[in-house]
Amino acid sequence: MTSNLAGHSFNTVSPNSQPYKPAKEHAWVKFVLIGIALAYLLLILFIPAINVFAQAFKEGVGPFFHNLTEPNFLHAVKLTVFIALIVVPINTVFGLCAAWVIARHQFRGRTFLISLLDIPFAVSPVVAGLMIVLLYGRNGWFGPLLGAANIKIIFALPAMVLASAFITLPFVAREVIPVLEEAGSEQEEAARTLGAKDIQIFWRVTLPNIRWGLLYGVILTNARVMGEFGAVSVVSGNIAGETQTLPLFVEEAYKQYQTQASFSAAVLLAGLAFVTLVLKEILERKTRIKDV
Amino acid sequence: MAVSATRDQTTTSRNLFGKIGGLSWPWRITLGYLTIMLLLPVSALMLKASTENPINFWKIATSPIALATYDVTFVTSLIAALINGLFGFLIAWVLVRYDFPFKRIIDAAIDLPFALPTSVAGLTLATVYSDNGWIGSFLAPLGIKVAFTRLGVGMAMLFISLPFIVRTLQPVLQEMEKDIEEAAWSLGASQWQTFWRVVLPPLIPAMLTGIALGFSRAVGEYGSVVIVASNVPFKDLIASVLIIQRLEQYDYSGATVIGTVLLGISLLILLAINLLQAWGRRYDL
Repeated sequence: MTSNLAGHSFNTVSPNSQPYKPAKEHAWVKFVLIGIALAYLLLILFIPAINVFAQAFKEGVGPFFHNLTEPNFLHAVKLTVFIALIVVPINTVFGLCAAWVIARHQFRGRTFLISLLDIPFAVSPVVAGLMIVLLYGRNGWFGPLLGAANIKIIFALPAMVLASAFITLPFVAREVIPVLEEAGSEQEEAARTLGAKDIQIFWRVTLPNIRWGLLYGVILTNARVMGEFGAVSVVSGNIAGETQTLPLFVEEAYKQYQTQASFSAAVLLAGLAFVTLVLKEILERKTRIKDV
Repeated sequence: MAVSATRDQTTTSRNLFGKIGGLSWPWRITLGYLTIMLLLPVSALMLKASTENPINFWKIATSPIALATYDVTFVTSLIAALINGLFGFLIAWVLVRYDFPFKRIIDAAIDLPFALPTSVAGLTLATVYSDNGWIGSFLAPLGIKVAFTRLGVGMAMLFISLPFIVRTLQPVLQEMEKDIEEAAWSLGASQWQTFWRVVLPPLIPAMLTGIALGFSRAVGEYGSVVIVASNVPFKDLIASVLIIQRLEQYDYSGATVIGTVLLGISLLILLAINLLQAWGRRYDL
């Protein structure tokens, strides 16, 4: 069983398995249990999820689209996408390297390295933000140095990138490690004995083997970067039209009693979540087909 | 954590700290990036905390307001994780054992709290459970207030920690040998006896792991809680929000002390989860 703190790479249940029909179980037990489970999911998950859309379109589609043309909102969208464009590639490269190091080598400290990777999942995002402030803030380690060089990190884009990168550091590695181990290294060794270079082995042998797992990790990283709130809110300063990402815009608009604007932005983020779930489902099936 | 040693290794025993100089590029990138992104910030927090006078540290860490936030954060998280332990088990059970309409969609939707940004979760929970919200309006006449109370904090924690428990239990339930259950039945055990004596015991490590994962996530949760709570000290203020409030008042030592306490407890939970998973893997054999 593979599971981790991110909770994303759990082995999911095979869809083909026949539900088990116990000989002695009464039919009512089944219906009561299903009923309770669904009622709980409805209260905790489904009603809140549906509510996002209902609130956003309460007054029809017109006000919704009107909210989407607001300058602060548009800036928040641009900033959110921009941060993702920086963080996702960096963490993908790192994730691939870390996965290769961990899955293809035995060394002392290997377990320690794996535990290190999990730290960003365990740490509260606010604490992650605090650590970045303590490093790069005015009273932080590098504060005087950065001040002298006139480089602004806290309350500016660099800190928001750092915070987002910290939060999503393990996703790609976590998804790729099991796939890499599953694939084994025989093919790579065969390619090497046939005279392939490292780069060739990576592009032609390793990458095709791990592509679905890798893609899955990238999608999760992207979703988390775009949706990150806690860590970013600590380091960003949350200035509308400047350092405000979409999740920050949702909170700010809500606090300013612009509920309609808040829900319009929330629908966009919920749409992103929906797309993520659908892609996740597709990729999981792809990996499963390969297993069989 | 769950990465086991593979059968085939290209390189045999290497010391992680031994030969940094002669390492290939993936090694350098991994170690370099981890140092800058992870070790540096964590040590910044720890060193800042260690410069604090121990007496002073203790005084801030155990001040009445800090103790009240630990109460809200950890006790509420634990209650939420335990409730989800119960219902998450039920949901995993129903999804694995029974067939019903829309099962595939419901199964996929369990992961919603992973994908939904926390500020959106907080926003919608605050609306649904407010006094005139879809569910809150039914609770208000009963005198139950959810949004902007500690109950709301618990609600947000239930929302974000549910998938951890379901997704930890599901594969274990799936793999469980059904013959053993049938054997128990054929030997005349009742449904309850079979459940308590045969089905439940092997599930305990996975269940505890799931609860610990959910608890860990709930303790660190910020986005949804800050919106659904009123963030009043001694009422529903959580530790994460207290850190932000301290930072906003430029009280760096206050923020650092509470942050260190939170970090320390998170690392302890991480250790516990590692041990629980090792215990769970022993059951596989």
